[in-house]
Amino acid sequence: MTVTQFLILGAALFCMGIYGVLTRRNAVLVLLSVELMLAAVNINLVAFDIFLPASGDITGAGQVFSLFVIAVAAAEVGIGLAIVLLIFRNRRSANVDELDTLKL
Amino acid sequence: MTTVLPHINNLLHPVTEGIAVNAGGLLEKSAWLIPVVPMLLAFAIVFFGKRSPLRGWGMAVFSMGFVALFGTVLFAVNLLGDGLTYEGAVHLVDIGTQHLGGHVGQAFALEWGWMVDGLSIMMYFVVGVVGLAVFIYARGYMDGDIRYTWFFASFTLFGGGMLVLVSAPNLIQLIVGWELVGVSSYLLIGHYWEEHENSSAAIKAFLVNKVADVGLFVGAIIIAMSVGSFRFTDIMTVIAEDAGGTSTLSKFAFWAGLALFIGAMGKSAQFPLHVWLPDAMAGPTPVSALMHAATMVTAGVYLIGRMFPLYMAEVFAGDVRTIIVVVGGLTLFLTGLVALVQDDIKRVLAYSTLSQLGYMTAAMGAGAYTAGLFHLFTHAFFKALLFLGAGSVIHAVHSNNMSDMGGLRKNMPRTFYSFVIGSAALAGVPLLAGFFSKDEILAAISYDAGHQGAGAATFVLVLGIAGAFVTALYMSRTVYLTFYGKYKGHGRPHESPSLMTVPLIGLAAGSVLAGYLNVPGITDWFRRSVGPRFLTVTEHHAESFDLPILLLSMLFVVGGLVAGYILWFRDAETQQARDGFAIPVLYPLLKRKYYIDNFYWAGIVRPVRGPVARGVDWVNGHVIDLVVNGAGWVSMQLGRAVYWFDQRGLDGAINASATMAGGSGGLLRLLQTGKVQQYATLIFAGIVLLVAGFIIF
Repeated sequence: MTVTQFLILGAALFCMGIYGVLTRRNAVLVLLSVELMLAAVNINLVAFDIFLPASGDITGAGQVFSLFVIAVAAAEVGIGLAIVLLIFRNRRSANVDELDTLKL
Repeated sequence: MTTVLPHINNLLHPVTEGIAVNAGGLLEKSAWLIPVVPMLLAFAIVFFGKRSPLRGWGMAVFSMGFVALFGTVLFAVNLLGDGLTYEGAVHLVDIGTQHLGGHVGQAFALEWGWMVDGLSIMMYFVVGVVGLAVFIYARGYMDGDIRYTWFFASFTLFGGGMLVLVSAPNLIQLIVGWELVGVSSYLLIGHYWEEHENSSAAIKAFLVNKVADVGLFVGAIIIAMSVGSFRFTDIMTVIAEDAGGTSTLSKFAFWAGLALFIGAMGKSAQFPLHVWLPDAMAGPTPVSALMHAATMVTAGVYLIGRMFPLYMAEVFAGDVRTIIVVVGGLTLFLTGLVALVQDDIKRVLAYSTLSQLGYMTAAMGAGAYTAGLFHLFTHAFFKALLFLGAGSVIHAVHSNNMSDMGGLRKNMPRTFYSFVIGSAALAGVPLLAGFFSKDEILAAISYDAGHQGAGAATFVLVLGIAGAFVTALYMSRTVYLTFYGKYKGHGRPHESPSLMTVPLIGLAAGSVLAGYLNVPGITDWFRRSVGPRFLTVTEHHAESFDLPILLLSMLFVVGGLVAGYILWFRDAETQQARDGFAIPVLYPLLKRKYYIDNFYWAGIVRPVRGPVARGVDWVNGHVIDLVVNGAGWVSMQLGRAVYWFDQRGLDGAINASATMAGGSGGLLRLLQTGKVQQYATLIFAGIVLLVAGFIIF
């Protein structure tokens, strides 16, 4: 097992996430894809924590960091789903394409 | 005041080198206030007069009251003690370099100073006292005038200018005062400038005076160049020390004296430069009173008095005296005759002033310093009185013409009595002021005729005695036509307010008493008071008393009064013949004032004005219009260029920038779709580019 395999897995997951964010029309799926990107980043963090030599006394920093990311991602999904729910309620649709009110 | 003044006085260092100056008490040292106070107040009236409670009159009267008080104190101290001689001056600046005289290579000093000697003190006194009476009177006379405040500003400037003139210890300051008097007289004569006649009279007075002023300037330049100083004391020292005629000044003294006399002829209105004075009646009556009594016309006589040693020294301008005495004699007689045919009461008085100025000038020319100045002194009182009386009458009947007056003695008793006293004093009725002063002049001329003066003085003596007859004649005519007979004007005339009659009474007292200051053989107060000078004035005949001449002139005065009675009083009730006499040739000649005005008009004004006007027209049509048109053409072309640049250049640039902003905005607008995913795509693309950039570079 080398770090490369994990990095490839992370990159693949990240690309899937990007693809999902950019192409999915449903806002829920977009959020899901964002979660995929975060998962890719977490894989990277954990992999580097395991395979790279620890600097100084600090060990497991990457894993702790990924825990933080998961916690923040949970919060973010909470807020994101709430927004999507509200939009759906107002517009009877969660289609991202129709949400162009940012354009004045 | 007494604590502050010495400090200020110490700042104004008196010039002491070369001059025999008394130490000077506080009185003499503070005399600089005399010209300064009216000058400052004149400007104060201009700026604050309208807002002050008395609208400027208060400040004007204060200034004259101050001068009158100071002048009286100086006059009294000068008379009672040994006499005051003091000269203070402040050095202002050095100009030029001397090429002649005793101080080659040195610069001329310009100084502002003040003179306290017999002659100036007498003038301070006259200007102050007569000025105060006229200023008080003017409040009643000018009441309701639209330019009331402005009038008092100019009036104060008039008095202040005269005081600058008489306080001058050098020729430059004298010229400054001379011109101040000239310009303020211009303002005052033209006070009612709405009528073209009045503003013309002002311009005439100014121009005639200017012509004469050239003489004053030339004389001052000649004297200053040859003496090396503008100071009178320096000039007098040169004259006193040079008995043999070796100094530079003595070579040019005749011309210098003549030039100065031409200047004096203008201000003192001597024949043939007298034409401005009768026209100057266009001003308000108080102006005429002050101008004829104390300021302006006395300036010429004062100048001769100031330069008197120059004219008395035979090696200097002694020969000019013959010219002076003849000019004075001609003036006194010819202008007196014109007074006989005038209808305007102020013009009668104007011509009588000319006549009396002729007496003064003739006296100066005859070498009678005291007599000439004494006549100036007494004349100031009764002429101011007569003018103010005439003003009171004019105020009552609203006309200057005696053909609108008559019978006023019952309506205006105070004016009548004071006017009669003034007329009698002017005519030389015994025991009044004019009697003493005129008689001293005649005696002095008679003395001169018997000594140096010879033929010219004899001629002038005849004119002078004939003039006494004429004076009595025209003054009795004026009194009869104005106050006797039937009233021929409109409305009911009434006595003027006491503000106007009180000055009349005061001046009437002066007209009676002034003569006793110098009764030949009995009192010599006046002679002693004008005596103190830096150098003693040598005059021919100070104690003038000449019984045959006295009796002869008295005979002529009485003859004049009787003739006046016969001509104008006997048929005063009917008043058929206004002028009582009409000599075929003389009458039209007098009526047209010897055609002098016509001569000046046809001989000087028209020939000068025509070509000048044509020349100005040609210059206007050809040169100025060319310049104007050229400037117009150039500016039009410039305008075109600017228009083109504006349209093409500036507007192009502005439009281009607007188009560019619009275009780029349009382009940018394509990016802003509002679609979150598109934004995300762009962000991602941006990150990819950044990362690629990092990796590659």
